[in-house]
Amino acid sequence: MVFHLDKCIGCHTCSIACKNVWTDREGTEYMWWNNVETKPGTGYPTKWENQEEYKGGWKKNGDKLELRSTSKKKIIPNIFHNPSMPSMDDYYEPWTYKYDELFNAPEGDDQPVARPVSMITGEPMDIEAGPNWDDDLGGSPVYAANDPNMDVLSEPERKQMLAIERMVMFYLPRICNHCLNPSCVASCPSGAMYKRGEDGIVLINQDRCRAWRSCVSACPYKKTYYNWSTGKSEKCILCFPRLESGQAPACFHSCVGRIRYLGNVLYDADQIEQAARSPDGELVEAHRKMVLDPNDPEVIAAARASGIPDGVIESAQKSPVFRFVKDWKLALPLHVEYRTFPMLFYVPPLLPVMSQTEGDVVRSDVDDLFADIEKTRAPIAYLGKLFAAGNDGKVRYALRKQLAVRIWRRHVTVGDIDEETAKRALVEAECTPEEADAIFKLTSLATFDDRFVIPPFQREMAMEMITDPHEHRSSAGFGFREAPTRS
Amino acid sequence: MNDFVLLGVLPYIAVVVFLLVTIQRYRMKGFSYSSLSSQFLENQHHFWGSVPFHYGILVVLLGHVIGFLMPTAILSWNAEPVRLLILEVTGIAFAILTLVGLVNIVLRRMTNRLARRVTTWSDLAVYALLLVQVISGIAIAVFEGWGSSWFATSLTPWLWSLIKLSPDVSYVAPLPGIVKVHIVNAFLLIGFFPFTRLVHVLVVPNPYLWRKTQVVIWNWDRSRLRKTT
Repeated sequence: MVFHLDKCIGCHTCSIACKNVWTDREGTEYMWWNNVETKPGTGYPTKWENQEEYKGGWKKNGDKLELRSTSKKKIIPNIFHNPSMPSMDDYYEPWTYKYDELFNAPEGDDQPVARPVSMITGEPMDIEAGPNWDDDLGGSPVYAANDPNMDVLSEPERKQMLAIERMVMFYLPRICNHCLNPSCVASCPSGAMYKRGEDGIVLINQDRCRAWRSCVSACPYKKTYYNWSTGKSEKCILCFPRLESGQAPACFHSCVGRIRYLGNVLYDADQIEQAARSPDGELVEAHRKMVLDPNDPEVIAAARASGIPDGVIESAQKSPVFRFVKDWKLALPLHVEYRTFPMLFYVPPLLPVMSQTEGDVVRSDVDDLFADIEKTRAPIAYLGKLFAAGNDGKVRYALRKQLAVRIWRRHVTVGDIDEETAKRALVEAECTPEEADAIFKLTSLATFDDRFVIPPFQREMAMEMITDPHEHRSSAGFGFREAPTRS
Repeated sequence: MNDFVLLGVLPYIAVVVFLLVTIQRYRMKGFSYSSLSSQFLENQHHFWGSVPFHYGILVVLLGHVIGFLMPTAILSWNAEPVRLLILEVTGIAFAILTLVGLVNIVLRRMTNRLARRVTTWSDLAVYALLLVQVISGIAIAVFEGWGSSWFATSLTPWLWSLIKLSPDVSYVAPLPGIVKVHIVNAFLLIGFFPFTRLVHVLVVPNPYLWRKTQVVIWNWDRSRLRKTT
């Protein structure tokens, strides 16, 4: 998966598509398997990146890799009360409005109002916070100023970022990263969580989940959610029923800005353990190294030897993810320092300067749209903390290449930049005209089939076919084989 | 006659119900086997209820099991008055810990509006039975002293007579009323157990300790797949 942040317009269509398909049930009202955050900001749940508090992901202890939260050692104390579990206060209490009161209120002197009521207790409530309370930097003295990623910035840099808060922001859409080294799976005491071998989707077996809640704190991205009604944890399932019938997941399909790319990659699972022990600065490279070139004859032979069907290898060769991550090195993993190796990669936003303030006057007739990337208003150190575990060079490389592609395309289509300048920009960004055109095409002109290369799922071969296909007919839609009631 | 029904028949009914319903529930409604934690809804008071209760009840139950399985060992340990005292005091301490936890659990369920939302009738029944059980247990330990010794001489042979299917209630019939309340309530708990969330005890995640860190499941039979494509 690749999300191109330079294209995200923050419209939340993805979140709504997901909500309507999967989490519109009792116990899931507060869950946003897909959410879009404004950065800088504290995100959802509040300050999820603060692993001192939530203890998500892995940490390196000498040469060993350990879960920050419930490891095998801590299972007994943590199972009765999980000390690092976020509670509903850290998300928000979901509410609805008594809409019928607008229509059924008796005639009177006042306008009828729809009172907010809690979706948990059904009682009237005062709304204090919700998801995206800091959308578009709303309340930034509270939210943006408390962004844990600002720690890497010096005091002047922080001040600078907050002083121009009205102009510097970008959106960060987040779903489950379906990590290579998932800490949620490793922490599940019941063994209910697993990664599917065929496609790498991380799932929770609802029948085996016993509400020990380890996954909720172990996931550093806070993308497993506890269903308070059924007593089971739930998470993004990457719309596997859609994928298995060749459709893109709902959030990908509905994306207005077409920022989302989906494709399979071949990787070497034997390297995961070693790679996860790399020093912080080398994690991005170690992660990238695991992704193998699907056109390399040796890789193809090895894939065949381990039973990967030709159809899957072919789709890996067409995968837009491989191109963004490995070929072009434009896409970077979010917070790779958690050492879970997220398989959702982000193209960092270029954030070109579109206007400038001079005193109280805002000028939007800036001549030089292609300013130096060092002058981007979000400090590179901030992006480096998000997307490269502090290795700012990786971010700089991706931004420089994006900028070079723009300069090159400006030369090709508008022609007000001469070829020599454009080519020099490309050389500086370690890019060629052919590569620049390919990046441009996949970024700006990509069709549905270019963006979503879904491998054949071989459903006819899957062992699930042995079970009765009518088993789930007229069930609740989320794999419940019985009414999801408490007892 | 009443003694025979309560101490010679009720245990069998309770155990049969326990076995049949837990197995049937696991097979037919496996989804419902969950601890139904409410920590997510209320995170502070939860600690003062759940933690002392679980540690307390585990130690107290372990004591009962040892008394049942190794009565002679307990008796020889208790032969020395100081050791008897140590055992009794430890038992009472953990029983009080259990009670403190239980009272906090019930208070939290009553006072927190979100926790109340997920409290069912079966939860309330469990709390009532557990309160009777823990309070009667502490009362016995305090007022009927040295229970660790007479458990081994009276309760253990009676339990074995039940297991051997020739119930002999004469071991326990002469015991004080409070002890009988404790015994009868214990079997009521066992009988109600499979209908409540207590079933989470049966699915404690011990395999976690020896399973591999990561779990990967393939739906394809990859060797077959290769041959057919």
